[in-house]
Amino acid sequence: MRRIHSFLKQRKEAFARVVFLVAACVCVLCVALICIYLFASAIPAIAEIGPLKFLGGRAWHPGVGEFGILPMMVGSLYVTAGAVAFGVPVGLLTAIYLAKFAGKRVARALRPLIALMAGLPSIIYGFLGLVVLAPLLRNLLGSGKSILTASLLLGIMILPTIISVSESAIRAVPAQYYEGALALGASHERSVFFVTVPAAKSGIMAALVLGIGRAVGETMAVIMVAGNQAVLPEGILSGVRTLTANIVLEMGYATDLHREALIATAAVLFVFILLINFLLSLLKRRDVR
Amino acid sequence: MKEAALRKEKRFDWLSFCLRWLVRAAALLTFALALFILGYILAKGVPYLRPELFARKYTSENVSMLPALLNTLSMTGLSLLIAAPLGVFSAVYLVEYAKRGSRVVKVIRLASETLSGIPSIVYGLFGMIFFVTAMRWGYSLLAGAFTLAIMVLPLLMRTTEEALLSVPDSYREGSFGLGAGRLRTVFRIVLPAAAPGILAGVILAVGRIVGETAALIFTAGALEKLAQSPMRAAATLAVHMYHLAGEGFHIGQTYATAVVLIVLVLGINGLSGFVAGRMTKGGKK
Repeated sequence: MRRIHSFLKQRKEAFARVVFLVAACVCVLCVALICIYLFASAIPAIAEIGPLKFLGGRAWHPGVGEFGILPMMVGSLYVTAGAVAFGVPVGLLTAIYLAKFAGKRVARALRPLIALMAGLPSIIYGFLGLVVLAPLLRNLLGSGKSILTASLLLGIMILPTIISVSESAIRAVPAQYYEGALALGASHERSVFFVTVPAAKSGIMAALVLGIGRAVGETMAVIMVAGNQAVLPEGILSGVRTLTANIVLEMGYATDLHREALIATAAVLFVFILLINFLLSLLKRRDVR
Repeated sequence: MKEAALRKEKRFDWLSFCLRWLVRAAALLTFALALFILGYILAKGVPYLRPELFARKYTSENVSMLPALLNTLSMTGLSLLIAAPLGVFSAVYLVEYAKRGSRVVKVIRLASETLSGIPSIVYGLFGMIFFVTAMRWGYSLLAGAFTLAIMVLPLLMRTTEEALLSVPDSYREGSFGLGAGRLRTVFRIVLPAAAPGILAGVILAVGRIVGETAALIFTAGALEKLAQSPMRAAATLAVHMYHLAGEGFHIGQTYATAVVLIVLVLGINGLSGFVAGRMTKGGKK
């Protein structure tokens, strides 16, 4: 009887192990499915359009069979660069303030607000951009929906990511660095900026890359403020369409090659994100060392 | 000698002064932005929170958000039903069963990191190709729920893993010492001890599901009706708000919808922080 019992127990343990392993493999399966289904539609479409015409084409006219996504790639690039140009300095400085300057009380008031910003759905940011930021910039500069508007909005959206990641990087720098600089006669500000912050370099780079990833992938907010013209932008005040916006705008009614070209757009976006992830893992590895 | 020292003291450190005010200005800007966003939406939206906005049926006049709100509930429930067991079981495998640094673990880690970086629109597109078209589910609650489940899976895995790792090894050793098997130890000892952390992760996932738009437009559709079955199309609150904002006829009501969405998401996130906070307090005892 006891032998049977222990046999059953062993079987149960082995079974449970398999169940857990299978559950853990689901995420691998998901990645594989996403890759297979995206590229199965994307690669034939790119082959049919021609890789050069698809990636380097300046005209996107699905009606007449012109599928060049260069304007969208440039659009994503500009908007992301703009977001970084605004979000990273402000975010990094706020992180430095929180880590090294703020009193306890101020930090306690500021931290929940940053968590709040991180939790807001992107549709809320997009709506605010549409009803506040775009009209404001239209009155000031004469153009409402533009690269500038989208960049500013995205810059605000990536702030919480930049702040929290770079703050923890700055906090992780050993206090001796700062104290050593103070002992050599540097002021508090100089010690923080020229000793502590450079020492947190790789963590801050990780924050930058995470911010870029978020900005490149953002869809709903960008679509509401960027203007969405599928042409190469002439300046930062002209409207622009990003890769993500291209998908949302046209997927609803696209068929055949047009549909596949949109899926190929997503595949290009996916490859961008994979590159960014790869960069991030490189940074993390350097951190561990 | 004394004169030189005095002169040195008098010399003003411009750089330090500028740096100090620079960080203060940046912090102030962040502070002001967050307050403005919250205050503006609340001030504009709260006056429009009228009973007809919660009417039982959506019409293009009352733009009721009640059906969307209820759809959000069922969408959240369905997604969690799929994702929570998967996420928790995966984390159990990674922490309790797998050997550290084995090849399987590396592959799983890589996959979950990849998943967590994918933009939601790519999830939406994949959901459309796979669940809506290939599986022939059509625009439906189910297709949306599966898409969102994949999206929150890495988040659930990571938070559960952290919660499991924070359970002291002495618990496990005690359980093994009393003759319990691994399975019993996991379900009777480790999971209950990690429950608050796991719950906090689940609540965070709920917050993401409630706020998600891009992954849902092409999987769950935009039908402003209470979905009676998982195979029906259904707009959640965030999707509902996207359409309201896009149409632009009911700006006041859009603000009011935004207020409900914000309160919902922030309430959920706050709850997660609260639950996680209780866990750390409990751990200190």
